[in-house]
Amino acid sequence: MATIIEPTIFELSSPGRRGVKMPASDVPEMALPPKEFLRSELPLPELAEVDVVRHYMSLSKMNYSVDSGFYPLGSCTMKYNPKINEDTCRLPGFLFTHPLQPIETVQGNLALMFEMQEWLKEISGFAGVTLQPAAGAHGEFTGVLMMAAYHKLRGDTKRTKMLIPDAAHGTNPASVGMLGMQVVTIPSDARGNVDLRALESACDDTVAGMMLTNPNTLGMFDENIEKVVALVKDCGALMYGDGANLNALLGIVRPGDLGFDVMHFNLHKTFSVPHGGGGPGSGPVGVSQRLVDFLPSPLVGILEESEGDMAPLYGFVTPKNTIGRMKAFHGHFGGGLVRSYTYIAMHGPDGLKDISQYAVLNANYLQARLRDTYKIPFDRICMHEFVMEGKFEGSDVRALDISKRLMDFNFHPPTNYFPLIVSEALMIEPTETENKDTLDRFADALIKIAEEAKTQPDLLHNAPITTKFGRMDEVKAARELVLCCWLPENYEQMA
Amino acid sequence: MNTPSNLKYTQSDEWFDPATGAVGITDYAQGQLSDIVFVEILVDEGEEVTVGKAIASVESVKASSEIYAPAAGKVSAVNKDLSNAPESINTDPYGAAWMIKIEGGTTSDAMDAAAYEKYCEGRTH
Repeated sequence: MATIIEPTIFELSSPGRRGVKMPASDVPEMALPPKEFLRSELPLPELAEVDVVRHYMSLSKMNYSVDSGFYPLGSCTMKYNPKINEDTCRLPGFLFTHPLQPIETVQGNLALMFEMQEWLKEISGFAGVTLQPAAGAHGEFTGVLMMAAYHKLRGDTKRTKMLIPDAAHGTNPASVGMLGMQVVTIPSDARGNVDLRALESACDDTVAGMMLTNPNTLGMFDENIEKVVALVKDCGALMYGDGANLNALLGIVRPGDLGFDVMHFNLHKTFSVPHGGGGPGSGPVGVSQRLVDFLPSPLVGILEESEGDMAPLYGFVTPKNTIGRMKAFHGHFGGGLVRSYTYIAMHGPDGLKDISQYAVLNANYLQARLRDTYKIPFDRICMHEFVMEGKFEGSDVRALDISKRLMDFNFHPPTNYFPLIVSEALMIEPTETENKDTLDRFADALIKIAEEAKTQPDLLHNAPITTKFGRMDEVKAARELVLCCWLPENYEQMA
Repeated sequence: MNTPSNLKYTQSDEWFDPATGAVGITDYAQGQLSDIVFVEILVDEGEEVTVGKAIASVESVKASSEIYAPAAGKVSAVNKDLSNAPESINTDPYGAAWMIKIEGGTTSDAMDAAAYEKYCEGRTH
């Protein structure tokens, strides 16, 4: 833990201080682009190399990450990311390439991408995969665009509605809204499944599709999944799967086999790309046979088949009815694809299945240990995560207080207040990488906190008490937005 | 829980004042959402709204929710002060925190205060 409050890097700046000295120019001077293309001011901080290193080292000491402790942030799959991924994504052949290089000079990169497409198809049961989308929500948008293109090409233009369960991630309705489609919310039933009667009455020829997360955000595998898919398909709509919770299914269930038409993968969740700091994510999308012609362009394909000892020639191919490009180049290659490729290769098919089985086992172990202390509203065998209520009869302690108190036990809090259908929700996803000792320490802490909620509620209201900064005023932070630590001199004129 | 008897209520926790046409969210709803930090009214004066149309978006430290028109009719007024004082939804949900007024608004299946109170008590989640 850092001992002083670290200033911002701009506050540390001193005019003229620098990390490198440029040598005298030995090339002819060229004219600059026209003035209107140039910034008059570019206020970058000026520091020496050592100042920069110490600044970020100091910040990192104040940070909490999955490398420093247990991180059960539900629906985010904050698994430990194996360090071998960091070695492979820094191999010079991957690191020092450019997306505009001639394909003959980057065959290794293209082979990796091709194989990644094939592996994701195999894992998910889909007929085609694009690696382009930059993150999960971008993958959703890509998938919904393909669904819309499919209906449009068939002249089926009255399908403007998307069915979305009330347990869905907020990105689902947002992606649909970006397309100008109408969202129809489908309630969950008492067991945490899609309410079949509500679904049946919503299915008609104006429905473009349904977006379903399975297992859903309650950590429940839909017990009627085959009926749900059949109802949606019978009305001529398409089935979208939100792959955020794929960590529960690897090697066990393939969404393509269940009849899904589209699904995005969150490589940064399921396949171990570091995330949580704003990126980079990676959100490839798999599609069923009837959507393969709509995939974004380009895909990686084989231009010339292999002959004898010669490897095939990989290159780019364009699907017939493509929705076009979703990203300037080819997706998050090094940061996303190489790490995930490494992870899949290191585990192999049986290893991937182990991942999901341990993820589900760990979640069920925690659920079983906490069941008698916390109310679990949808209490049945869970998948990779579960949701409990962070409140107690006759106590004013809330989920937020419990989460803040967990920080005093050196745990990252679980997801708070989501899904919205559980009051004072605490959504816990331990992932497969945690051992029983860690799970027990976490369960013990939560059981102790439940006791504290009864005996010393103020301790919880004021938590955390052992961290560098105590309880933050979230209301003030949200109401009085200060998004910039520095204002340009001519701010008044700009505003 | 404060539930004035002169108002009508919806299952999605809006209130409607048949006398003035004013619309807002209930005391129960603000309690569930906790501290409101942002409000945006999504309709303009003069616009026609139908029951269930999204008229406002409200964000608390816990969640973001859409507010739906509890009655059909023409929007006769929009509370322009509300976006600068979102906290008034917490402190005065039936007064200063009215969102819009719907002229000659008609409700279809809104509840009275007693029915709404019973409805809220029955909600386990």
